[in-house]
Amino acid sequence: MSAVTLSNIVKRFGTFTAVHRTTLEIPEGAFVTLLGPSGCGKTTNLRMIAGLLDPTEGEILIGGKRVNDVPIHKRNLGLVFQNYALFPHKTVAENVAFGLKYRNVPKSEIAARVRDALDLVQLPHVGDRYPKALSGGQQQRIALARAIVIEPDVLLLDEPLSALDANLREDMRVELKRIQERIGVTTVFVTHDQSEALAMSDLIVVMSEGRVEQVGKPEEVYNTPATEFVANFLGASNIFDARCIEHGATVVVEDAVFGRVTVPAAKAPNLTGTGPAKLVVRAEKLKLAREAAPEGVISVPANVETVDYQGQAVRYFVRAGEAQLQAINMIDDHPFAVGAAVHLHLRPQDCAALPG
Amino acid sequence: MSVEAREARQPWILLSPALVAVTLLLLVPLMFIVVYSFWLRSAMGADTVGFYLDNWHKTLTDRFYRDILLNTMKIAAITTVICALMGYPAAYFIARSRGNKMVLLLLLMLPFWISYIIRTMSWINILGTSGALNSLLLSLGIISAPIQMLYNEATVILGLVHFLLPFMVLNVYVSLEGIDTNLEDAANSLGATRWQAFTQVTLPLSLPGLAAGGLLCFVLGAGTYITPVILGGPRDAMFANLVFEAIITQLNWPLGSALSLLLLIVLGLLVAVYNRYLGMAQLAKGLG
Repeated sequence: MSAVTLSNIVKRFGTFTAVHRTTLEIPEGAFVTLLGPSGCGKTTNLRMIAGLLDPTEGEILIGGKRVNDVPIHKRNLGLVFQNYALFPHKTVAENVAFGLKYRNVPKSEIAARVRDALDLVQLPHVGDRYPKALSGGQQQRIALARAIVIEPDVLLLDEPLSALDANLREDMRVELKRIQERIGVTTVFVTHDQSEALAMSDLIVVMSEGRVEQVGKPEEVYNTPATEFVANFLGASNIFDARCIEHGATVVVEDAVFGRVTVPAAKAPNLTGTGPAKLVVRAEKLKLAREAAPEGVISVPANVETVDYQGQAVRYFVRAGEAQLQAINMIDDHPFAVGAAVHLHLRPQDCAALPG
Repeated sequence: MSVEAREARQPWILLSPALVAVTLLLLVPLMFIVVYSFWLRSAMGADTVGFYLDNWHKTLTDRFYRDILLNTMKIAAITTVICALMGYPAAYFIARSRGNKMVLLLLLMLPFWISYIIRTMSWINILGTSGALNSLLLSLGIISAPIQMLYNEATVILGLVHFLLPFMVLNVYVSLEGIDTNLEDAANSLGATRWQAFTQVTLPLSLPGLAAGGLLCFVLGAGTYITPVILGGPRDAMFANLVFEAIITQLNWPLGSALSLLLLIVLGLLVAVYNRYLGMAQLAKGLG
């Protein structure tokens, strides 16, 4: 059974439609990420699940029960905000104990559960301090402890890592996933950061302009984008206008740069027949080399135009005929220089095709 | 001159006009008042220059002055409580309203465009024996003769609330604006009803603003002179009226000086206590 179901949800603010008709199932115990750029409706969906916003149309079910008319304080959800939202006038322990006071938990048990929650987020000794005295990362751990100590039916995380600096963000990502797996709570995570989504999720819901573009496991949405938007939003992709000239057991598309490419049928699930199509080539699947490729690998001559050196990897902008392409390659020592004549190597099975 | 030396001097250059004004117009006259309070009023002619404690003795021991001081404090306290009870919901409404905050704040400031005396006197047109309220009640047949509603303690408090309410609303508004609305959402999500979220989170976090507004209302209310003159009866004199009486009517500057200094000291102590526990920064926030 789904832990959370959005059924034909629409949300309008005046004349603006923030969420177009959306139906979404969030499986019990799963870590589901709503991913998209700002304004895509991901936070609106989260706030509707939380009960901070009412859907204009449609139903929200939590644990199979319709909750449209259940006020937020009766929904038993854990909510974590980007800016932590800890109560500044209460100590850390009082913050964590806050939700337990409204659940008729005996005093002795409150203390024990607060201690357990602080242990879980690995901050056992800060109970007497005020939030101000903690770092951003610590405050977010406390916010998480406060949300999970009430044993919520669903944990809702609204960009919880976005306010942290880069290094800490990656540590917290691992930490958050560890805690979620440990307690097994169904989690809805909102982010605009694709690497967070790919690293943490069981299921990613990619959203754009109030619509769901694709729902899938991280490797599905990454390797087999369903739409051009998904291909562009997750990682760097080269997308070409092409034609599908054979659609059967194998799919053959033809474009101006690579000529005829035989794409695995599994990587063109939305292509329904021959005709206009798009060829999607991930930047990291395009390899630069001095020599032409061996048999079975497509090889196209090109010139390096821009080199964006990043240490362990380098991002090239290359020109092949009329087309400019992006390639991200891991490198051993020196990158190719600007102006170098190279060959672009591309394995056909690394390509994906979309309807045109 | 080095950059550091110039930068160190800059605040003093910028402050100097204000410092000169405060010194000449406030500190120096205040020193005169202090000196005056130790002189003696003689029955005729010039005051007796010297160091006499007679005015202070009278000011501090006379029951008459003590009663009026206590009454002044009582009126200021009642006014402050009413302002808090009326002002908090208004400030909460403005802080939580979307879009039209600036219009609401402008409306709040609107009374300041009219002289305080005119605003106070407007109550005579409303509550006087031939005022709007009496006329209405008469025409409705609810009363057969005008009721005397003016010139009592209640109308003094009414006038003070009218005058001071915007100060309370502004101070509470500023502190409510500083509270992250996510905090209430967080409290709700943890199981608190909207009222519980308010009493547990929003109210305690807005107390500094409420205290700042309270201090302003109390100090301005306790020092008021015009309101009891216009809206009070003969027995509703407040402490500032005594000072006026001593200095202008009796021409007893030494006694008036001692009386005004006593009020200054009492209110100053209050401000000092406030500053000790809450700091002046909150007050500056509310005024700015």
